[in-house]
Amino acid sequence: MPRYVIRRLVQAVGVLWAAYTLSFFILVLLPGDPVSAMAGAGADSAPVDPARLEALRHEYGFDQPVPLQYLNHLGHALIGDLGDSVATGRPVTQLITQALPQTLLLTASALTLAFVLGGGLALAATFSARPGVRQVLLSLPPLGVSVPTFWIGLMLVQFFSFRNQWFPAFGNDGLKGLVLPAVTLAVPTGAQIALVLAKSLITTLDEPYIGTARAKGAGRRHVHLRHALRNASLPALTVAGLLVGQLMANAVVIETVFSRNGLGRVTQSAVSTQDIPVVQGVVVYGALVFVVVNLLVDLVYPVLDPRIVLAPRRPVVAAV
Amino acid sequence: MVNLLEIRDLVVSYRTRSAPVRAVDGVSLSVAPGEIVAVVGESGSGKSTTAHAVVRLLAGNAQIESGSIQFEGADLAHVPERSLRTVRGARIGLVPQDPAVSLNPVKRIGEQVAEVLRLHGLADRRNAALKAVEILDRAGLPEPEGRARQYPHELSGGMRQRVLIAIAIAADPRLIIADEPTSALDVTVQKVILDHLQHLVAQSGAAVLLVTHDLAVASDRADRIVVMSQGRIVETGPTAAVMNDPQHEYTKKLLASAPGLTLAAAPPAKATGKRLLEARDLVKEFPLPGAAPRRAVDGVSFHLDRGETLALVGESGSGKSTTGRLVLRLADVGSGTVTFDGADITRSRPPATRALRRRAQLIYQNPYASLDPRFTVAQAIEEPLRVFRIGDRASRGVTVRGLLDRVALPQTLLTRRPAELSGGQRQRVAIARALALSPDLVVCDEPVSALDVSVQAQVLELLVQLQEETGVAYLFISHDLAVVRQLAHRVAVMRHGRIVETGFTADLFTNPQHDYTRELLAAIPGRIISEGAPS
Repeated sequence: MPRYVIRRLVQAVGVLWAAYTLSFFILVLLPGDPVSAMAGAGADSAPVDPARLEALRHEYGFDQPVPLQYLNHLGHALIGDLGDSVATGRPVTQLITQALPQTLLLTASALTLAFVLGGGLALAATFSARPGVRQVLLSLPPLGVSVPTFWIGLMLVQFFSFRNQWFPAFGNDGLKGLVLPAVTLAVPTGAQIALVLAKSLITTLDEPYIGTARAKGAGRRHVHLRHALRNASLPALTVAGLLVGQLMANAVVIETVFSRNGLGRVTQSAVSTQDIPVVQGVVVYGALVFVVVNLLVDLVYPVLDPRIVLAPRRPVVAAV
Repeated sequence: MVNLLEIRDLVVSYRTRSAPVRAVDGVSLSVAPGEIVAVVGESGSGKSTTAHAVVRLLAGNAQIESGSIQFEGADLAHVPERSLRTVRGARIGLVPQDPAVSLNPVKRIGEQVAEVLRLHGLADRRNAALKAVEILDRAGLPEPEGRARQYPHELSGGMRQRVLIAIAIAADPRLIIADEPTSALDVTVQKVILDHLQHLVAQSGAAVLLVTHDLAVASDRADRIVVMSQGRIVETGPTAAVMNDPQHEYTKKLLASAPGLTLAAAPPAKATGKRLLEARDLVKEFPLPGAAPRRAVDGVSFHLDRGETLALVGESGSGKSTTGRLVLRLADVGSGTVTFDGADITRSRPPATRALRRRAQLIYQNPYASLDPRFTVAQAIEEPLRVFRIGDRASRGVTVRGLLDRVALPQTLLTRRPAELSGGQRQRVAIARALALSPDLVVCDEPVSALDVSVQAQVLELLVQLQEETGVAYLFISHDLAVVRQLAHRVAVMRHGRIVETGFTADLFTNPQHDYTRELLAAIPGRIISEGAPS
């Protein structure tokens, strides 16, 4: 068990390093120049004094050879210093940690909502004895997956904020402001969880041990919740771990749609100003969250299914 | 005496895409208190459907069309689901077919037994746990306290079946429906479990409805036998009467093909004397995580001549299948040597191994899994020829049609896919495929274990006939001594990775030397009837 965790941690560090390196080189290779952007020189505005640009480049280390820049940045990143924002001059870590709580709150409530809505829908659909109801419920998740997130956001705002004024359309004001963006974000995630869980429940309910449970005299609800759900939840959990990445990406869009402050906004403005250190900081942070969540998922597996043992994986050939 | 269970004119049909199929077509049978009634038939005869209809645990697309099921004053065919729940588990216990998949994998053994008591309000949480251990003990599970805290995957197949029996008897039901309770188990385990089940019902006075495809098992255990075919009962009567004086053609046919019941003479030993395969001191170990490696094959030596059949017999885990894979180079040998037709192939390089594939083939146990579902029959049989670039398209077609004739399948099957074939037909296709390259050796790994007895007999006959025609040698792997007797020249009995006894088939059956061989022979069901029956 400890060996398994250590191995996974080493892997996690590897993933973070790869994310850092890849984002670094991609951003360096991109056409455009953060210093010119910072100095206020777009493609269409007046040229800025070249000497001043040169001085700025030197200040930020952009005049050094690329491998040297990389090593330099990596060294700083290792001690938790992701550099300073080119646009604002503030440390990247500070920018991210300031924006983080809002985004974490949003994604966490969206994920919880997604579990409740998606799980509930899957359970209701597979529990329903009426084929008609079942069919309708089962066709909701594909719909939720296929509708674009920003469109859901706009529709919700239109109805709940403009027409009825139940919830604010913009900003970060308290829990009320959280409802619409969280719901918007939860819809596609919840739909995918529902999709996988419903499919998994249907397969599980066909297993012979479900028959054994019914032969004991157990009622439908008992069989559904006590026997099928736990067995069926593993695939849904795997998907949920992967969906966290998607959830973070969607948060960028949603925070823009709802004009919320948060990591999405930081990312959006950093990308538009080619603020390389900030963009890279966000990428590394995203990889970190993704790695941690999936490590948690892996640790929860054996709790749900005793057959999964956290042992170093070796090729074990079952004797026939 | 009033019957405990009285089924009258039961009709059950399955909805299919085309038309509803009647799986049970007007079945009437009764079970008296304390009686053991065996329902015997082949797959598709409707025997399992009949049994499951009693507690209305049918597949989603099945429906009781008409008839009545009287049990303790209620018609179970028509009572509402809610009152059925007070019958299931409490008044009628069910022992399902496949112990490997019939227990919830994520719940502890003790919990699963205690659940029955809790569902029927027979115990509170703490008492239920204690009682569960007691019941597991009664069901014959060793060390019940420790086992109760384990999960199903930590138990062997036999132990899991004991847990399922514990679940069925937990609430002390009046009727136990046992649906092929031991078909998935080794023959010695089967005997112990059935003995124990019989002992339990004798104590409690419960009746048993035993569903089985195995006439031999039925004849050993039942007071009365009901023979089903195509959804109808063709014959019913006291066990001795049905076994000794069957009235219906179908019963006669079943009796004739049951391997445990017929004393078919083994084919005469053919001394061609030309050595084809020689295995010496084979050892194969599998690494286990965090433990010493497991020795699956431990110093096995045997030889096989051209045109000869050697049977490797043993229980699951004895190393017989691994041995078969070693001589085919499908697994790497740990130590020891394998010689095929004079050449040492123990560590042959890929080209030599490929050449071996052309001369040594394999037939698997499960004809449902060993054929690619997307291949037509013609494609499946042709594949080995295509892989080795033998002939052109036209000549391969001729060969395939010839092979199909050989295994007695009609040419119309050429364009069908495996899903459209019966189990027996599929295994014939697998045999045709194995023979496509005219190999010298075919390793048959339990080739008939998944088939009905009458189909089993036909496939075995076919294998013998093909051997006479082509001179192929078989390494025949089986857990079933009774099957082996019909076609093996010699038998090697394996246990714990070693060969404990080897000899000519007739000698081994009449004069077994090793204790384990005697134990295996004693466990063959139906021997009492076939040997001691008054004629």
